[in-house]
Amino acid sequence: MIEKEMRVRRIEHGTVIDHITAGQALNVLRILGVSGTTSAVVSVAMNVPSGVITSKDIVKVEDRELEEEEVDRISLIAPNATINIIRDFEVVEKYRVDLPERLDGVVKCSNPNCISNTNEPVISKFLVNKKPVELRCIYCDHVISEGIAEHLI
Amino acid sequence: MMQNHIISMRDFSRDEIDVILNRVKEFEPVARGKRSNLLSGKILATLFYEPSTRTRMSFETAMKRLGGEVIDLGSIETSSIIKGENLADTIRVIGNYADAIVLRHPREGAARMASEFSRVPIINAGDGAGHHPTQTMLDLYTIMRESSLSGLRIALVGDLKYGRTVHSLAYALSLYQADVTLVSPAQLKMPDVIKKDLKKKGAVVRETTSIEEIIGDVDVLYITRIQKERFPDPAEYQKVAGVYSVTKELLKKASENLIIMHPLPRVDEIDPAVDKTKFARYFEQSFYGVPVRMALLAMAMEAV
Repeated sequence: MIEKEMRVRRIEHGTVIDHITAGQALNVLRILGVSGTTSAVVSVAMNVPSGVITSKDIVKVEDRELEEEEVDRISLIAPNATINIIRDFEVVEKYRVDLPERLDGVVKCSNPNCISNTNEPVISKFLVNKKPVELRCIYCDHVISEGIAEHLI
Repeated sequence: MMQNHIISMRDFSRDEIDVILNRVKEFEPVARGKRSNLLSGKILATLFYEPSTRTRMSFETAMKRLGGEVIDLGSIETSSIIKGENLADTIRVIGNYADAIVLRHPREGAARMASEFSRVPIINAGDGAGHHPTQTMLDLYTIMRESSLSGLRIALVGDLKYGRTVHSLAYALSLYQADVTLVSPAQLKMPDVIKKDLKKKGAVVRETTSIEEIIGDVDVLYITRIQKERFPDPAEYQKVAGVYSVTKELLKKASENLIIMHPLPRVDEIDPAVDKTKFARYFEQSFYGVPVRMALLAMAMEAV
């Protein structure tokens, strides 16, 4: 692919998250903890036409190689996402996201009476069932199976 | 090695539950007054953030009859909780005084969280609409003692939506592949998540709204109070209050070996005339709370 055809230019070092479910790029950034206050150079492309899932979002984070456990949580909202680790403009590592068995501090328990929704010094913790995707709160046993993105912290 | 915290029935395998139940019988004579010094020198702290009489008293009785001491929080109004101390801090402080902590708290998951901060075993005596494992253990023990846990056909009756005792019990019964009939008004049906879980574990689950229909086909009738305090809307409570009542008339259709259980207190779910029938077991059930809690306290403090 030649440079001028690309919507977002190639990066020298960093992480490219491709095949994100269209419309979820900003949620992906939220999950990764990339906000307006981080210093990383971040490019976001949304609703890009794609053969695989008709349209997709892409996120490129420069000079930062995201750890597998960081990116795995992306699969909550973008199960088809792929991760490309870039060094010197080359893809040195490529893999699909996979849900972890535990999610800590990522999703808020939807049970308003759960102890994790109080001023106690704890973060939310969930056990993950992959098929179908179900999150079980470690504290109150409440199960979240629908609208998981709405509960992202 | 068995874990020392007692938080949720989910933490126990069927084998672990059997080990506990099989130990309870040796505590029955102690619960009836025989002297024991098994927990002499040990201190149990009871932290009740919600009112309770029998759970608290049966824990205290169990501890004292085993030769141990009990300290409590006093009234919430005079304690540091009113000053805004969080549960995590309270647990860390009390954990330095006592050898085990019994906790009842209005929030679901409170006991699990407490176990993360405590250096001594936490025994969950009810967390909001969540778990109440010591009640479940005593329910299982009652069934084992007065009926049978194998091939069990049981009806759970009443508030199956908010009632924490039935949720814990239903889960435990699934470990015994019980045949479970759920009897409740439509508004108070057992949540789907729990039903799905039961079926996955191997229980047979049926639902109905009528006791009459099933009274002849079950070994245990487990009826619960419809708890006013769990209803977000008082008008909803009025619609279902008093909908089930066990009477001598109803029991004419009962199977010969039926036993009736109730976690107590009852309001109008069981007619007092039923107390003298051969079916009634709810007072035995409440007595078993003491030896069951003795076994659990001894286990938590590693005295057995």
